[in-house]
Amino acid sequence: MTVDLRSLYQEIIVDHNRRPRNFREIPDADRTAHGDNPLCGDRLTVYVNVRGGVIRDIGFVGNGCAISTASASLMTEALLGRTEQEADALFVKFHDLVAGTGRGAPGSLGKLEAFAGVREFPVRVKCATLAWHTVRTALNTPGGTASTE
Amino acid sequence: MNRSSAVPAAGPIPDVPDVPRARDDFPILSRKVHGKQLVYLDNASTTQKPRAVIAAIRRYYFTSNSNVHRGVHSLSDRATQAYEEARGRVARFLNAREDREIVFVRGATEAINLVAQTFGSGHLREGDEILVTEMEHHANIVPWQMVCDRAGAILEVVPVSTAGELDLAAYERMLSPRTRLAAVTHVSNALGTVNPVREMIGMAHARGIPVLVDGAQAAPHIPVDVRELGCDFYVFSGHKLYGPTGIGVLYGKAEHLEAMPPYQGGGDMILRVTFEKTTYNAIPWKFEAGTPDIAGAVGLRAAIDYLDAIGLAAVSAHEGELLGYATEEVGRIPGVRIVGTAREKAGILSFVAEGVHPHDIGTVLDHEGVAIRAGHHCAMPLMDRLGLPATARASFGLYNTPAEVDILAAGIRKAREIFR
Repeated sequence: MTVDLRSLYQEIIVDHNRRPRNFREIPDADRTAHGDNPLCGDRLTVYVNVRGGVIRDIGFVGNGCAISTASASLMTEALLGRTEQEADALFVKFHDLVAGTGRGAPGSLGKLEAFAGVREFPVRVKCATLAWHTVRTALNTPGGTASTE
Repeated sequence: MNRSSAVPAAGPIPDVPDVPRARDDFPILSRKVHGKQLVYLDNASTTQKPRAVIAAIRRYYFTSNSNVHRGVHSLSDRATQAYEEARGRVARFLNAREDREIVFVRGATEAINLVAQTFGSGHLREGDEILVTEMEHHANIVPWQMVCDRAGAILEVVPVSTAGELDLAAYERMLSPRTRLAAVTHVSNALGTVNPVREMIGMAHARGIPVLVDGAQAAPHIPVDVRELGCDFYVFSGHKLYGPTGIGVLYGKAEHLEAMPPYQGGGDMILRVTFEKTTYNAIPWKFEAGTPDIAGAVGLRAAIDYLDAIGLAAVSAHEGELLGYATEEVGRIPGVRIVGTAREKAGILSFVAEGVHPHDIGTVLDHEGVAIRAGHHCAMPLMDRLGLPATARASFGLYNTPAEVDILAAGIRKAREIFR
């Protein structure tokens, strides 16, 4: 694999695509939202349970490319146990990481740093951010639909 | 000024039906992508342009640029000739009865919208039906939905089999006394299925129903004779036929075009304007408001000249061989499934691979220099019917080679490897 392809498809991304974590519906979720990337046809639904301002449970189902699936999977791990404010802050940092505005502090995102390579693939930024836009919609306007377009 | 040919015939054209030799005629094919030789397999999206087309457009701007149907000066006369000669060339290409049956538009999409807004809206009453198929491109669905919504008419949809073939018996049954028009694709852009349009037109005409054929994916691959087909309307885009973007064709039987109201108002589509009353121009100009894409028409004419010199029969045979080879080579990769296995196909290979999303196949192939399309191909209803969110699609043009198919197959194996 060429160097830049490996930077996009890191081991951890391939792994989370193959075995997405928290890939399940949460029937009694108090916040849900749909995410839609009309350009590619990627679709997912995010389920969140918030108690006392803290994300106590989070899951997703859907169909998408490796980047969007792995991003949703790693996002659920990163957000579990976080407050809504922390989730918002993480969204901003993550967006910064993949869209390459370079304001975020390097090394502060843990496993999510695996998506730094997406910066080199502008057409795939929407894949990496779809789940994040969707969870943001779930937290702010539950029942809504997030779209990358 | 040479009146017989305002823009002289374009550069060297291959004189032998040896299609791969035509590669040298396409400058872009020699470029590299990610350090690899470009393998362009996205021809169903748009084709690359031969030197002859690029040269004709350049020559037009260098020697003839002016507005059409307006000036008394020499350049305007020259531009008008070039534009109208292009129309005549398109008429011969489709074997239309008359040049005036050819309307220049932006592309197949605009052509369908034109018919929907003029022919469609005038004829449609509440409860009337427009018949389309499940394998239509969004461009042959949405314009009809729009006019149906306005009139309270119903969009009827002919089903497609899992193999990607039209249910012809259902089509015939669905041609009802309320059907005002059938709008069907000649070749499916997502699957490559070639529909038996001649038979379908016959069935519709037996019931007095006019037929529009979307030829966007057919005109570059198979010879089209609108008189032999008997279709009422035929549409295609120049850019999928080795011509420039921004120019396309609506063929309509003169009797229909005469009866249809104008599509857009403006200059060139009128004979006389007063604030009380405007008299419209004759066809085809009635449908060509404003300054048209003159250079585009000139480029399209050069593209047709180029394609005709090679011969569509030769192109068709070459692409058929490539498709056969690709179907075999891609089809035998473990975990890969060909989507669309109709008996009659043209130039398009859609496929999915177990465990690898089409977009990831697209990204991996791009790094091998291979350009394909991944997604729903603007045919979401068809994808829903097939139960697929997306496919990867390789589509062939006259310049593609078996060696490129090998590079494609190797790239797909590599994608499988990465996601194993």
